[in-house]
Amino acid sequence: MKQRYDLIYKYVYFYRFNYVETYFESNQLPFCEPIQSVTDWRAKKSLQQSHFLSYPDVLKARPKGGKRQSNLIVGEELARFDLQIRLFFFMNFLSSMVFYIFRKRFNNRQFCVVKIMFDTIAAIATPPGEGGIAIIRISGSQAIHIVDKIYKGNLKLSTVDSHTIHYGHIVNNVGEVIDEVMVTVMKSPRTFTREDVVEVNCHGGLVSVQRVLEEVLCAGARLAEPGEFTKRAFLNGRIDLSQAEAVIDLIRAKTDRAMKVAMGQVQGKLSGGIEKIRNELLQLIAHIEVNIDYPEHDVEEVTRSLIIEKGDWIKDEITLLLRNSHQGKIMREGLSTAIVGRPNVGKSSLLNTLIQESKAIVTDIPGTTRDIIEEYVNVRGIPLRLIDTAGIRHTEDVVEKIGVKKSREVLDQADLILLLLNNAEPLTEEDMELLETIRNRKGIIVINKMDLPQKLDMTQLNNVAEEFPLVTMSIKNEKGIEVLEEAIAKLFFEGQLQSDDLTYVSNARHIQLLKEAKGSIEEASESCDHGLPVDMIAFDLRRCWELLGEITGETVSEDLLDQIFSRFCLGK
Amino acid sequence: MGYHAGEFDVIIVGAGHAGCEAALASARMGCSTLLLTISLDSVAFMPCNPSIGGPAKGHVVREIDALGGEMAKNIDKTYIQMRMLNTGKGPAVHALRAQADKVLYQNTMRQTIESTDNLVLRQSIADQLIIENGICKGVITHTGAEYRGKAVVLTTGTYLRGKIIIGDLQYESGPNNMKPSVKLSHHLKELGLELVRFKTGTPPRVYGSTIDYDKTEIQPGDQAPRAFSFETTEYNIDEQLPCWLTYTNEETHQVINSNLHRAPMFSGVIEGTGPRYCPSIEDKIVRFSDKPRHQIFLEPEGRSTDEVYVQGLSTSMPEEVQIKILRSVKGLEKVVMMRPGYAIEYDAVVPTQLWPNLEMKNIPGLFTAGQLNGTSGYEEAAGQGLLAGINAARKVQGKESLILDRSQAYLGVLIDDLVTKGTNEPYRLLTSRAEYRLLLRHDNADLRLTDIGYEMGLINEERYQKFIAKRNSIEIEKERLKSEKIGPRTDVQDLLRNVGSKELDNAVDLFTLLKRPEVTYKHIEQLAPAPVKVSEEVAEQVEIQVKYEGYIRKQMQDVERLKKMEKKRLPMDLDYLNIHGLAKEARQKLDQVKPLSIGQASRISGVTPADISVLLVFLADKKG
Ligand SMILES: Nc1nc2c(ncn2[C@@H]2O[C@H](COP(=O)(O)OP(=O)(O)OP(=O)(O)O)[C@@H](O)[C@H]2O)c(=O)[nH]1
Ligand SMILES: [Mg+2]
Repeated sequence: MKQRYDLIYKYVYFYRFNYVETYFESNQLPFCEPIQSVTDWRAKKSLQQSHFLSYPDVLKARPKGGKRQSNLIVGEELARFDLQIRLFFFMNFLSSMVFYIFRKRFNNRQFCVVKIMFDTIAAIATPPGEGGIAIIRISGSQAIHIVDKIYKGNLKLSTVDSHTIHYGHIVNNVGEVIDEVMVTVMKSPRTFTREDVVEVNCHGGLVSVQRVLEEVLCAGARLAEPGEFTKRAFLNGRIDLSQAEAVIDLIRAKTDRAMKVAMGQVQGKLSGGIEKIRNELLQLIAHIEVNIDYPEHDVEEVTRSLIIEKGDWIKDEITLLLRNSHQGKIMREGLSTAIVGRPNVGKSSLLNTLIQESKAIVTDIPGTTRDIIEEYVNVRGIPLRLIDTAGIRHTEDVVEKIGVKKSREVLDQADLILLLLNNAEPLTEEDMELLETIRNRKGIIVINKMDLPQKLDMTQLNNVAEEFPLVTMSIKNEKGIEVLEEAIAKLFFEGQLQSDDLTYVSNARHIQLLKEAKGSIEEASESCDHGLPVDMIAFDLRRCWELLGEITGETVSEDLLDQIFSRFCLGK
Repeated sequence: MGYHAGEFDVIIVGAGHAGCEAALASARMGCSTLLLTISLDSVAFMPCNPSIGGPAKGHVVREIDALGGEMAKNIDKTYIQMRMLNTGKGPAVHALRAQADKVLYQNTMRQTIESTDNLVLRQSIADQLIIENGICKGVITHTGAEYRGKAVVLTTGTYLRGKIIIGDLQYESGPNNMKPSVKLSHHLKELGLELVRFKTGTPPRVYGSTIDYDKTEIQPGDQAPRAFSFETTEYNIDEQLPCWLTYTNEETHQVINSNLHRAPMFSGVIEGTGPRYCPSIEDKIVRFSDKPRHQIFLEPEGRSTDEVYVQGLSTSMPEEVQIKILRSVKGLEKVVMMRPGYAIEYDAVVPTQLWPNLEMKNIPGLFTAGQLNGTSGYEEAAGQGLLAGINAARKVQGKESLILDRSQAYLGVLIDDLVTKGTNEPYRLLTSRAEYRLLLRHDNADLRLTDIGYEMGLINEERYQKFIAKRNSIEIEKERLKSEKIGPRTDVQDLLRNVGSKELDNAVDLFTLLKRPEVTYKHIEQLAPAPVKVSEEVAEQVEIQVKYEGYIRKQMQDVERLKKMEKKRLPMDLDYLNIHGLAKEARQKLDQVKPLSIGQASRISGVTPADISVLLVFLADKKG
C-alpha cells in the first residue's frame, strides 16, 4: 500500500570547514520509510543510488509548489515529534555528515523527515595549564542536544535561554559523575561561529577534561580540526571579509603546526608500531592485488586462513597500541608514578608535598607506610597517578611483608618510577637491588634529605645509575621540588612538550583512528569467515591501512604499486 | 606547396585503437570526420599481444561498449578464445579476456569504418598542425594537403619519433617496421608542448607448426557463452583455439645472463622509461634472480596464420640470442622464429598538459588520446580515443564536455590519473588503481554508463529500450525478494541443510535469505521462482546487488565524499601563483594542472590539506 507522507528535507552539505544549507518542504511526494520501501523513483534513486541525498537531487526532487523555507529549526520540531530515529553516522578526516531519518504521525498525517546535518565540532578551548578551569567548546546545530545527553542539572539545556550559564554535572552513559561543571549555552547567530555554541567549564583538571571531551565525542560531536572554529566563524560571516588574509595565515599556521605536532608525537613507539602493522598490511594487500590484477601469473594465491591469521595478528597489535597508547591512556588515567625506596627515605613526605596535602602518614619510624596510597596530581600539565608504597626491605613483620610485596608489584607496572635515596646514609644493598630492578625503565633518582650531612657516595651512585636523571632535594626545606617537576615533564615529553591544545587534540584523534582501523580489520576477518570474496576483504584491509596512515601522516600515494612491482615478477 | 584538401568538423590523426574509436564516435555523433593513417594496412593493428581484456582492461572494454564504442563489438566478432578470469575472487574483479584473430580484427574494424557515414579514411602522414591565433584549425600532411577542421584529435600511438632497438641494431621506425612520424614530433615541440620519451617492447613470434605442444600445458577457452558487448547475441563456443603454457628454465637464464652485455637495456642504448609491469625477460631475470622459472604463454595470432606470439619473452636482445633463448624453452627446442622481438622508444605528451576532456590546455581545439598520452594497452587507448572523439564532436557542436569521474568508470580513473598526476612510465590500468572498485564492476558497466552513451547519441533506441527493460526487471526482482516471504517448508530446510546453511526458524524474506553466503540466486529460483523467469544477466545483477549490499553501501559513502569535493568547482583561470597562503610547491603544481574541482586539486601530489583549506577560504572569499 502506498502511503502519503508529508516531507521535510533539510539538507546541509559539508566539506571541511565549509558548508551550504538548504531546507525544503513539500507535501506532495509519496515517501515512506525505511529506505527499502521507498516507492517514489526520485526519492528512491537519490537514496539508493547516491545513498545520501545530494544538493542537486534535492532540488530535482522538489515538486512544483514545494516551497523553500529557511530557518526551519528542525531540531526543536523534531524533539516535539518524539521520533523514531535511524542514524547513519560516518566520519573521516576530510568530511563528515550525519544523516537522520525521522518519521512520525502528526496531525493525522504521516511525517517523514529526512535530515542531513552539518556536523557538530568540539575541542578543548583552553591551553593546558596546571589545574584551574578548562573549557570545552562545542559548536554546531546539534551542540545543545549533544551536551544535553551527558549533562545533569536542574534544567534541560534545550529549554534554557540563550547566553545563560548553568551549574550541573557531566555524567557518562552509566550515570557516573565525571565532573562538576558550569555550562554556557549560546544560541545561533550571536556566537563566535554563528552556530549554536555550548561551552563546558570543567573544574577537575586535565584528566577529567579529557574524559568530558571523550563523552562529548561519544555523544555525537566530532573533534574539531585545528583552526576550525575560526574558520567556521569566518565562513559564517562572523569575521569581516577584509580579515580574510589574516584568517588564512592563522589557519595555515595552525594546520601546519598541528601536522608538525602530530608528527612529533607519533614518532617513537606509536609510529614504530603503526609502521610495523602497515608494512604487514601492505604486503598482504599487495599480494591480494597481484592475485587479482595478474590472475594467470604463477604467484601463490593468498588463502583465507592466511588473511585471518594476519588479521588476528594486526588486530592484536592495534589492541596493544590502543592499550599502550601511552599519552592517550595518561589522559584518562594519569601516568602511573610509583614512589619507591627503602623505609624512611621520605616517600610519603614526597607524596604529600606534591599533592600539597597531608594525605599519607609521615613518621620517623621506618616502615610507617604499609599499604599503597594513590593520589592524582597535575604536574606541569601532565596528569600523574602518584603511588606511595611501603619501604622496600627484608622484614619478618607479616603486614609489612605483604606491603613490600605490593610495592614490588606497583613497581613492575608503573609508567614512571621515582626512586628515593637518603643523602644521609651510604648506599645499601637494598638500594643497589632497587637500582637494578628499574634498569631500562623510565625513572628518576631522587636524593632526599640534602639538608643533612652527606654520607651518600655520589661517585658510586653515578657508576651504577648514570642512565637516570638525578634530582637532589630536601623535602623538609621544600627544596628541589621544581627541579623534580621539571625532570618529570622533560622525561615525559622527551623535550618535545608543546604547551598547546593541539597536543591533546591529536591524541584523541589518534585513538579514534586506531579504533576505526581496528573496526576495519575486524570486518575483514569477519567477511573472511563468512566466505565473502577477496575483493570485499581487500576493501576492508585497505581502509585499515589508510586509517593507520592518517595517524603517521602518510598518504596513500603509489606505495601499493611500488610494492606490487618490486615484490612480484610480473609482465607479459 | 600546400593545397587545400578539404574541410571537416573533426580530424583524427592515427587509426590505431584510439583513433578508430575517436573517428567512429565523432562520425556517429554527426560530425564530418577525417581519419588519417600512415598506412591503410595498419588500421586497428595490434602490434603486441593478440589479446583484449583482462582485469581492469576488460572492464574498460565493457565501458567502451556502454558508451557506444566499437572495441567490444569488434572483438566479439573476431575472437578465437574467451575466458573469464578471477572467477573465484568476487564480482568486482571478474574479468573477461579474449584472444583475437589479429588480421580479422583489423579487417572487421576497417569495414566498420569504411561503411560509417560522415567518415573518410585516408592514408597520409600528418606533419604539422594548422594553428591560427593559438587555436588548432587543421593539419598539413607530408604531401602538402591542408585539411581544415574545427577540432583535431592526435592518436599517434608509438609512431612519434619511434625507434626500434634489437641488440646493437637501431633504426627509426613505428611499430612493426611501419613508417615513424618524425616531423610531427618536432612540430609539437616547437608549439611548446612538453614531450617525454617512453619505451615498450614486444616478444618474438614463431611458427606454431614448429612447437612441440605435447611438452606444454593446454589453456582452453571457457565452455560458456561470453561476450563483451551488450548487443552480442551469437557466441562461438565450440571453435575456440587454445593457448599453451610453458616455462623458462635454468638454461634460458644462463643464455640471457651470458649475453647481458649485449642487451640494450643494460648497455645504456635505451633512454626511454619502460613500464614496470611489462618488463623484458632480461629485466625479469636480473631483477628477480632467485626465481627459477618464468611463465611463457604461447598464443596463436589468428586462424589464418601459423604465427604464434610468445608471451613472457619480450626482449630487445640481438636476434641470434633471441633464437637461442627461444630454443632453450621446453616445447620450443626446434622452433623457427618468424619475427624477432624488439624494444621501441617513442615520444609521448606529458598528460598534465591536458584538461580532463583530453583537450590541450595551451592549444584549444587540439585533443590527444591513447599511447601518445603516456598510456600502454589497446583498451586504455581505445577508451581515451572514444572520449576524445566524443569531446571533440561536442566541442564542434557547442556542447558541454563529457568528463567521467573516478566513481563512474575505470575510464574516469584513467583520465583523472593522467591529467592530475601525470605518469613517469607508460601507464597501465590496474583494478587496484580504482578506489571505488566494488562499484566499478564489469557486470554493471552497462548500468553505469548506458544512459550517458545514449545521451551522447551513440546508443541506438532499440538497444536503449532493451537496456531499460533489463534495469527495470532488476529492480522489480529485487523488490519481489524484499516483499516475498518464505517459511520453514521441508524443501527449504532440506536445501539449506544440503548447502550447509542454518535451517529457518521463522519465515524470512527472500532478500535476507539470499544474503546468506551459502545461498545463491539459483537456490532462490528453485524455492520461490519469479512469476516471469528473469534472464541470466538480471539474475547475476540481483545476486550481486543483494549479496554485497553492505560493501556496496560502504563504497557509496566514500563516493558521496568524493562527490562533495568534485562539486566544489575551481575556475579554470584561477591565478594560483598569486593566492596568498598557498605553499610554493602547491602554487606551481596547481598552476600546472589547473584542477577543475577541489576534489581534483586534493589528488595532486604536493598539495597538502592545508593548501586545500586555503583554497576553500579563498573561494568563499570570492563568493562573498
Ligand atoms: N632532614 C630531613 N628529614 C626528612 C626529609 N624528608 C622527610 N624527612 C623525614 O624522614 C622521616 C620519614 O619520612 P616518611 O615520609 O615517613 O618516609 P617513608 O619513606 O614514607 O617511610 P616508610 O613509609 O616507613 O617507608 C620523617 O620523619 C620525615 O620528617 C628531608 O628532606 N630532610
Ligand atoms: Mg611512608
